[in-house]
Amino acid sequence: MIIVEQKPVDEIQRMIAPYERVLILGCGTCVTVCNAGGEREVSFLHDALLLAEVESKEISHTFVEHTVKRQCDEEFLDLIAEEANDVDAILSLACGIGAQSIAERFPEMVVLPGVNTSFMGMAKQWGVWDERCTACGDCRLDDTAGICPITRCTKGILNGPCAGTKNGKCEVSPEMDCAWILIYQRLERLGQLDKMRRYYPPRNFRPIPRPRRIMASPSIVAVGGSHG
Amino acid sequence: MKAGTNLEKVLEAGNFAVTAEVGPPKGASANAVQKKCEVVKSCSDAINVTDNQTAVVRMSSTAGAVLLKQMGADPVMQMTCRDRNRIAIQSDILGAVALGIGNILAISGDHHILGNHPGAKGVFDIDSMQLIQTMKMLRDDNQFICGDKVAGDVPIFIGAVESAFSDPVEFRVTRLAKKVNAGADFIQTQGVFDVEQFAKWMKGVTDRGLDEQTHILAGIIPMKSAGMARYMRDYVSGVYVPDELVKRMENADDAKEEGLKIMLEIIDQLEDVDGVHGIHIMAVGWEDIVPVIVEKAGLLPRPIV
Repeated sequence: MIIVEQKPVDEIQRMIAPYERVLILGCGTCVTVCNAGGEREVSFLHDALLLAEVESKEISHTFVEHTVKRQCDEEFLDLIAEEANDVDAILSLACGIGAQSIAERFPEMVVLPGVNTSFMGMAKQWGVWDERCTACGDCRLDDTAGICPITRCTKGILNGPCAGTKNGKCEVSPEMDCAWILIYQRLERLGQLDKMRRYYPPRNFRPIPRPRRIMASPSIVAVGGSHG
Repeated sequence: MKAGTNLEKVLEAGNFAVTAEVGPPKGASANAVQKKCEVVKSCSDAINVTDNQTAVVRMSSTAGAVLLKQMGADPVMQMTCRDRNRIAIQSDILGAVALGIGNILAISGDHHILGNHPGAKGVFDIDSMQLIQTMKMLRDDNQFICGDKVAGDVPIFIGAVESAFSDPVEFRVTRLAKKVNAGADFIQTQGVFDVEQFAKWMKGVTDRGLDEQTHILAGIIPMKSAGMARYMRDYVSGVYVPDELVKRMENADDAKEEGLKIMLEIIDQLEDVDGVHGIHIMAVGWEDIVPVIVEKAGLLPRPIV
């Protein structure tokens, strides 16, 4: 899922300063799961902003809150069309995709990001998320025992490990596992160490230039429609 | 001959080679490079010029290597994969060769977060293995990575590094084999402090006949103080300093003298390790010790080839 972190309240206050009526808009998917932009966080942020206004003795905003199922799908944004008419800005707590969907759906509306979109990752334990995929568009997990060197090796190298590994950790931090040590150990467990002996040529970064677009094949569109 | 550099000739003639290292200044002073070069020139066969080592910005290794060349030394231009993509890498290699640089050494490069511009974008478009292969393609196939033809010859004596002590230790001979297959003509290893362990790695190397396909120069890092010994033991990747050596440094009345003594013992032992074709002395910021080490190790005068 997409992992985001909520921006500090003072940064959000500076962003909303010019706008009187603000819709705080949550998103019901990834950012709900990572406790940064779901219904609960929308409500907390609403309270925090009100409290900050009371403390500063300068009440200059009115807030509305709403959480849609997914901000990255236009059909869910249709549900807030009326509310959007009555505010000066939308403070989106969704990832950067959600915030931009709003900008595209409501061309006249000011959109403000309430979170920083961090990465694609997984929950490791309560309150801890780890990055696992960079969406490089050229997946090699079959060569690397299901552990991504592009994401998890700090240098993203294909013929690792470099000499910067010590006690199984990366030169960047004694807390960080060396991805290539993990790959080596798992390949060994799988009886596939021959994959470490191969030379992997330079990657094709052509899938990377942004922005990317994926076109579903006609048969998939016919069966599933454009939105699940 | 692949590039006909002094280093290549010394090694091909079967001599026990000595290489040293010069770190370029954090400034534009040619004199700073020339002064260091003057110290180590007559006691080495080639001199490495580091490429923004520890990710701290310094004069470029290409410029440093050219300054060395102008003084009659044989430079080994280090090139990291950290700061350039494959377009810049290939372009810089062509430029370096045009300027008379014959030895180029491929390394991944210390991560930029460890240096003085931690907010920089790390490139790592290709890795050190792929950089070795790239140089071999430019030289032997007259081809760029993309397959286009290179105009004319690109003579390079290709260098690489390896560490006998980095995890996973059991993989390090295989990784060396990968580098040799990719095209490494010579290897400079990370600093060796435990010759017994190093010799085990070398046994793996010679068993696979890799010493006949590449020249291995064992790394030497002169220790100045007990603090330095401890730091290398605890924090420097790829280096293994046995506690016994740290104790010797701690108990010494004159740490520099003890450090020198240890280095000479290590060099003496390394000369007897099968497959070792020379030493590479990394006296970071302590260049003055290099002539002393080489002389006391009985490795002077350097061969004229």
